[in-house]
Amino acid sequence: MRVPVSWLTEHLGLTEAIEPQELADAFIRIGIEVDDLRPLAQVTGPLVIGRVVEIEELTEFKKPIRYCQVEVGEDAAAEETAHPDHADHVDGDENPSGLRTRGIVCGATNFVEGDLVVVALPGAVLPGGFEIAARKTYGHVSDGMICSARELGLGEEHNGIMVLPSATASPGDDAHEVLGLDDTVIEVTPTPDRGYALSIRGLARELSNALDLPFGDPASIELPEAEGDAWPVHIEDTEGCPRFVLRRVTGLDAGAPTPWWMRRRLMLAGIRSISLAVDVTNYVMLELGHPLHAFATKAIQGDLVVRKAKPGEKLTTLDDAVRVLDPDDVVIADDSGVISLAGTMGGATTEINLETTDVLLEGAHWNPASISRTARRHKLFSEAAKRFERFTDPQLCAVAVEMAARLLRQYGEGAIRPGRTDEGGVEPLPPVTMPIGLPDKVAGVSYERGVTVRRLNQIGCTVKIGTGDDGKGFVTAFPPSWRGDLVQPADLVEEVLRLEGLDKIPSTLPAAPAGRGLSESQRRRRTVSRALAEAGYVEVLPFPFVSDATWDAFGLAEDDVRRHTVKVFNPLESEKDRLATTLLPGLLDTLQRNVSRGFKDIALFHIGQVFLPGAKPLPVPDLGVDQRPTDEELALLEASVPPQPVHVAAVLSGQRQRAGWWGEGEPASWADAVEAARTIAAAAGVELTVQASDLLPWHPGRCAQLRVGDWPIGHAGELHPKVIEALGLPKRTVAMELDLDAIPLLDSRPAPRISTYPPVLLDVALVVDAGVPSAELGTTIERAGGELLEGIELFDVFSGEQVGEGKKSLAYKLRFRAPDRTLTVDEAIAAKDAAVASAAERFGATLRA
Amino acid sequence: MSGATEEQDPKPGEILAPETLRAAIKKAETDFEAVSDLDALAAAKPAHLGDHSPLLLARREIGALPKKEKAEAGKLVNEARQAIQAAFDARRAVLQAERDEHVLREEAVDVTLPWDRVPRGARHPITTISERIADVFIAMGYEIAEGPELEAEWFNFDALNFGKDHPARQLQDTFYVGEPDSGMVLRTHTSPVQARTLLHRDLPVYVVCPGRTYRTDELDSTHTPVFNQVEGLAVDKGITMAHLKGTLDAFARAIFGENSKTRLRPHFFPFTEPSAEVDVWFEQKKGGAGWVEWGGCGMVNPNVLRACGVDPEVYSGFAFGMGIERTLQFRNGIPDMRDMVEGDIRFTLPFGTEA
Repeated sequence: MRVPVSWLTEHLGLTEAIEPQELADAFIRIGIEVDDLRPLAQVTGPLVIGRVVEIEELTEFKKPIRYCQVEVGEDAAAEETAHPDHADHVDGDENPSGLRTRGIVCGATNFVEGDLVVVALPGAVLPGGFEIAARKTYGHVSDGMICSARELGLGEEHNGIMVLPSATASPGDDAHEVLGLDDTVIEVTPTPDRGYALSIRGLARELSNALDLPFGDPASIELPEAEGDAWPVHIEDTEGCPRFVLRRVTGLDAGAPTPWWMRRRLMLAGIRSISLAVDVTNYVMLELGHPLHAFATKAIQGDLVVRKAKPGEKLTTLDDAVRVLDPDDVVIADDSGVISLAGTMGGATTEINLETTDVLLEGAHWNPASISRTARRHKLFSEAAKRFERFTDPQLCAVAVEMAARLLRQYGEGAIRPGRTDEGGVEPLPPVTMPIGLPDKVAGVSYERGVTVRRLNQIGCTVKIGTGDDGKGFVTAFPPSWRGDLVQPADLVEEVLRLEGLDKIPSTLPAAPAGRGLSESQRRRRTVSRALAEAGYVEVLPFPFVSDATWDAFGLAEDDVRRHTVKVFNPLESEKDRLATTLLPGLLDTLQRNVSRGFKDIALFHIGQVFLPGAKPLPVPDLGVDQRPTDEELALLEASVPPQPVHVAAVLSGQRQRAGWWGEGEPASWADAVEAARTIAAAAGVELTVQASDLLPWHPGRCAQLRVGDWPIGHAGELHPKVIEALGLPKRTVAMELDLDAIPLLDSRPAPRISTYPPVLLDVALVVDAGVPSAELGTTIERAGGELLEGIELFDVFSGEQVGEGKKSLAYKLRFRAPDRTLTVDEAIAAKDAAVASAAERFGATLRA
Repeated sequence: MSGATEEQDPKPGEILAPETLRAAIKKAETDFEAVSDLDALAAAKPAHLGDHSPLLLARREIGALPKKEKAEAGKLVNEARQAIQAAFDARRAVLQAERDEHVLREEAVDVTLPWDRVPRGARHPITTISERIADVFIAMGYEIAEGPELEAEWFNFDALNFGKDHPARQLQDTFYVGEPDSGMVLRTHTSPVQARTLLHRDLPVYVVCPGRTYRTDELDSTHTPVFNQVEGLAVDKGITMAHLKGTLDAFARAIFGENSKTRLRPHFFPFTEPSAEVDVWFEQKKGGAGWVEWGGCGMVNPNVLRACGVDPEVYSGFAFGMGIERTLQFRNGIPDMRDMVEGDIRFTLPFGTEA
């Protein structure tokens, strides 16, 4: 909300001038955000009020241009001596009034002869450093400039020059003063719980509290006794509309201008002047915070009814949009149907226009939640809706209407009819009771005696103090009608704390009990992350949004479990509306982005949650909030939230070891992807086993399933060429993904016994069928080698003529050692033979000749 | 090579004669002087100091001498041996110095050649600053709580005192999954972890929760729809707003330096009452030290405690939340939020593998 400081301070009992910055600081201190503080006075030099005496239309130009004679309060004789060489001034001499005029060229057409305008004379400097000088343009010397509101820095209006209502001022008056340019506009954003602060009344009250200044409530006006109703009204929806007030003004001078002071305030608040009746309702809304609506009385047919809309009903609103109403919308209807969308926007049929002389002013209290739903549904975030959905003061309905009616009487020559409709009623807000020491207890501060009561009084509460049965003091606050947000002790506490100043709160640390540090899984996640980074992988954090087309590119079958995911209802990119069941799409996207930015050798990793809702999501129970849900309810709710295990994935392309001056490079291969998994396993302190697998998006012959014990935890290998092609990835891109949460957490890791006796080292080369997995052969040797076999290392894999067609030779170094003695070579050979025998039995392995 | 051999079988007297010994010394000195590198010196050594060298042969002869001559002969032989050894050592020292001077210099390489054979890795600064923040609170006795990113609306909104019609629930702020009435959202803050923590942990509770959150903001230089927050929650008997202030000050000092501090401005959040926004005093602020908006905080709303089964008459608590991207953005002067989310390796690499 934007307001001029002069208006804001009108209701404050200021004894001396206050700097606008002080006001801004006070607002910030008590919790009203200040977005802007902008002084107006940016015009220097002669700026005067002028009267347009004569208009000459210059027609020889492409756009309308006027050459105007403007009286600016200079008498002719004086000017002659001052500017004897100005030829154009002869016009002024012909003026029968004997006053001198200035010739000014103007491109606007929204004024007539006799209008009061604002003239910047040569020597004036307008906002933005725009210097005014007498200069020749469109064939005439323009001796000044007639200004628009925007040129003066008063507002955004630039649909023509500014025309002041007659009698606002006289030609020659200093326009700085008339326009009030020595003012500052302050823009504030009160928090959404403080609807009352969207008004001069509310903001001024806040300032009076913050600065301890007297406050004069603009809403405290006497309501005259009324005779009968202004118009018959029936409230059917008393929940949506607890109170409805009408007052009728007749005999309005439809063409009466809005007084300059009101136009100025509206302009500085960013609201365009439309007509007196509309301006008055807007003005009262800004002043009191209560929106009003004005109907053209003559257009209303029969009694008014406040009710819910019926299915299929339509309304053309003031913005000329035809709106299909929802049965949840509260509306005002007459015999013709719906004529207004309650609290949000009026209808076109009863709109007041420049001929309207009979006006029905409506001030109603609407249910905030209902207005909020309607505004959202119709995307109508009007100034009225903004206030109603934040709660308006229900006691203001009649006051606001009365104030508007009086302004119409004063400035529009209207007559206020004796009747007033006041249907419904609103109960006072319930009192809130709290221990008198609660603010001190919450803040951790010992406030001075009486502070709580004083502050609660300041915000408008009626306060009672008492002593409970336990002998402790309590306060009962009866909130003022505009403070619907004060419902519990904590709300009262906040008022005391913020008005006393949060800067009064000291800085102390609570005595937290000793913590247990990171959990095992948290520690492990860090270790894994660090291990991968140290192994040359760069961490990235892609978004988890996936397009269905990605699954197609992955070649996933229709019933693949990874397609079972949830859809985002309102995605930012309509294509990417699935939540990721795997980290690979995001990683591959990022890989591609890096490739497109000119990088070739890329190794990336990501640790993050994936979403695994499964084929059938469970229903989500709707629980209350008045108390803790039961354990059963809670269990159902928690079960409805899909499992979201933490995965870790890595992708590589290009060279894992770069070529360079040292020699050849090494392209990233399936083996590097498996190695990444081994790095993770080592960081997690578990042993990883791998076995051949065939799972898209991996290459069917180059895909390893990763296991811990018998538990599969993920896959690694080269991507399928068709996936690489479909996604436009570098050839031979490799990838690894595993479920980190599926790796068991180790309570403790056993320390091995270290034997200090010498080892016996033996080599053995075995020939097996080419299809035998080396891992399994190795495991077989390890098991059969018995306890004496301390270590095994595969040092050569060979296939060729020497070992025969379809065969391969695997050569191992075996290290034997006894825990308690020096092992003899014979013992070691016996153990080796047992291992070879086992390999022969299981895989038909033979010793290589 | 020259010198006595056993075959010549000279008389002991000759072998042990001082002239002979002097000749042997002289010969050794000449030979050692003649070699030009350490290898040649090593090769020349056995002839003069080895098992078959004249001196060793001479020493063997001492045993055959009459008793009274033994001592004198032994002394002469030892002196000769020491002299030869000294000649050897002196020559070796000279040759070693020469080698150090010339040979190693010739072996010199260009050590500035790059050795980026295995490309470097790096951890994302969002991860490392999250860990740093976690460590700050762990040091204060807190524990790290976690929760799911796809979350029941009840945890994300209802339990946190957001009314059914609260504007934050709107589609323009919150990602819903399935249909808008599915009751399931991508969490809009890490605060649902507060509710989960209070429902499941024993009191008192002191936790922080770093994690990924979602809001329907388009990606631009200061917004990202997927971002990280850190949430803090303390619920205990007698927790005050002064405790909140003290905790925030300690947090600020740990992240922004010893001279940092915080300022609270009253604000509104459904899940805290009183609520405040936190500004942090940042010395490296662009254009000079000043206050920077950092996050939100407040005293846990009694309605939240009640919904989680905590008696607000007995317990009170504070909570706070900060955007990690935002913290990192002004702390490290990152000009564009997109750099943090796009995964360009040029952005992440300079941060290294910081733990």
